[in-house]
Amino acid sequence: MTPDLHWLTAHAAADLLARREVSSRELTEAHLRRIEAVDPQVRAFITVTADRALADAEAADARLARGERGPLLGVPMALKDVLSTAGIATTCGSRMLEGFVPPYDATAVKALAAAGAVLLGKTNMDEFAMGSSTENSAFFPTRNPWDQTRVPGGSSGGSAAAVAAGEAIYALGSDTGGSIRQPAALCGVVGMKPTYGRVSRYGLVAFASSLDQIGPFARDVRDAAAVLDAICGHDPLDSTSAPQEGTSFGAALDGDAAGLRIGVPREYLPDSLDAGVRKAFEEALGVLAAQGAQIDFEVSLPSTEAALAVYYLIAPSEASANLARYDGVKYGYSYREGASMWENMEQTRERGFGAEVKRRIMLGTYALSAGYYDAYYLKAQKVRTVIRQEFEAAFASHDVLCAPVTPTPAFRIGEKTNDPYAMYLNDVFTLPVNIAGLPGISVPSGFVDGLPVGLQIIGKPFDESTVLRAAHAYEEAAGWRVRHPPL
Amino acid sequence: MPLTREEVLHIARLARIGLTEAEVEAYASQLSNIIDHFGTLTAVDTEGVEPTAHTLPLRNVMADDVPGPSLPQAAVLALAPQTEDGYLRVRAVLE
Repeated sequence: MTPDLHWLTAHAAADLLARREVSSRELTEAHLRRIEAVDPQVRAFITVTADRALADAEAADARLARGERGPLLGVPMALKDVLSTAGIATTCGSRMLEGFVPPYDATAVKALAAAGAVLLGKTNMDEFAMGSSTENSAFFPTRNPWDQTRVPGGSSGGSAAAVAAGEAIYALGSDTGGSIRQPAALCGVVGMKPTYGRVSRYGLVAFASSLDQIGPFARDVRDAAAVLDAICGHDPLDSTSAPQEGTSFGAALDGDAAGLRIGVPREYLPDSLDAGVRKAFEEALGVLAAQGAQIDFEVSLPSTEAALAVYYLIAPSEASANLARYDGVKYGYSYREGASMWENMEQTRERGFGAEVKRRIMLGTYALSAGYYDAYYLKAQKVRTVIRQEFEAAFASHDVLCAPVTPTPAFRIGEKTNDPYAMYLNDVFTLPVNIAGLPGISVPSGFVDGLPVGLQIIGKPFDESTVLRAAHAYEEAAGWRVRHPPL
Repeated sequence: MPLTREEVLHIARLARIGLTEAEVEAYASQLSNIIDHFGTLTAVDTEGVEPTAHTLPLRNVMADDVPGPSLPQAAVLALAPQTEDGYLRVRAVLE
């Protein structure tokens, strides 16, 4: 009997590896074959690192042979191409960093390597993580494994699609306004954004430094918890890394939602919500209620409507400062044919950045410029405080908040590329969580017209354990994870 | 209020991004559309509210002043398009 190795969860794979019923090499080769078979359609990977994967697998097999065990030891995974990998090209989905090979590993990448991870490759993404569909990749769009005419979501669309398509057992992404949770929902996998400060951002190419956070994509909640266990913890190399040490998130998964106080903010169920998404969300709440959770619909976060404006002022402002480093002098693309230093810099940035990145740098530069700073940037920071306070008030009497992840299932490739604002509206339910720095998870919650949708569970700062416990209890009862896309 | 062509060019200059004619036109209309939506902020009363720059209760994180290993100079300079005698080479800034 040969199980389909490419559909295993990490914990199932770890069990097989522990019993020596399969080697990391066999597991890795199965995934490399799967990538070869389906990635020409899905296009989840920018770079496949087959040699590195086989070397990692050999090292993991040696550790297993010495009796070492671990939940991620010998398990193949993928990394969003926003994470710095020593000796392996890191493009950030941009021409600006095409061919850039970093001299060091991100802290989260180091942590996974220490846990015995096998690196299959680097996944596609919207350029500099700016986008909600992976169509802003400078190289090619990724396709949704459930329907190849549709987007996988973004910006971590490659990581979500790789896990959904059986090309990697788990993956890392980054989430600035929903870039893990939204593609996880649209691809039917689990995706989690930890509390701001939980995971070191060292080696994560910066987009919006007060919002960015690294997190896992996985096939179930238990795997997401195991990956979080491995990558969480204080890092002196990131001054915004929280002094909390990592905890054992897996221990929180007792399958019990009884007594859980769930709040449903009414602003997350607008009249414009897709009917199928609403029905799937209500059914998910029914599953949790049947397990003894108390559902409270009398919750309001009144400033939710302003969150989109807060986000599209703060994130582009921070991006305009962070992306000033791409000047064609230190690394990356460099235009050198101009008549002056300034012309070279302007041409480097005109040619190296794609349309959405330039749009956001311009927007941020405008918001920070003389005469607009108080009205836009400072006002947005003050509304950010109000949004945080509203969440705090809601959490005074609730353990978690639940909401849909996205207003609709996956849309068609090309459907929103000509209307930036329509694209931004995709993240309306996820970006308030970044603004407030909270942990949030997307867990598969069924299908609308054959396309997956997700249940979002939002927690108090540093209370990932309760979020994971609720998500796990839902997942166990709902049973969606057994379905795979037709590839 | 739509951004004028001059405003778009001014922002681009501050950001040091060259723009084609077509981009100037596209950004004028797209940025204006996005900025219009920022009006939702005025609905939120922020009288006496302190701004939030980030969500952690951290202030002035200090590291001990202990020298440690850093990246090898050669590895870093190897990434640069032009170097000379261990320096990054750029065109003259003042002409």
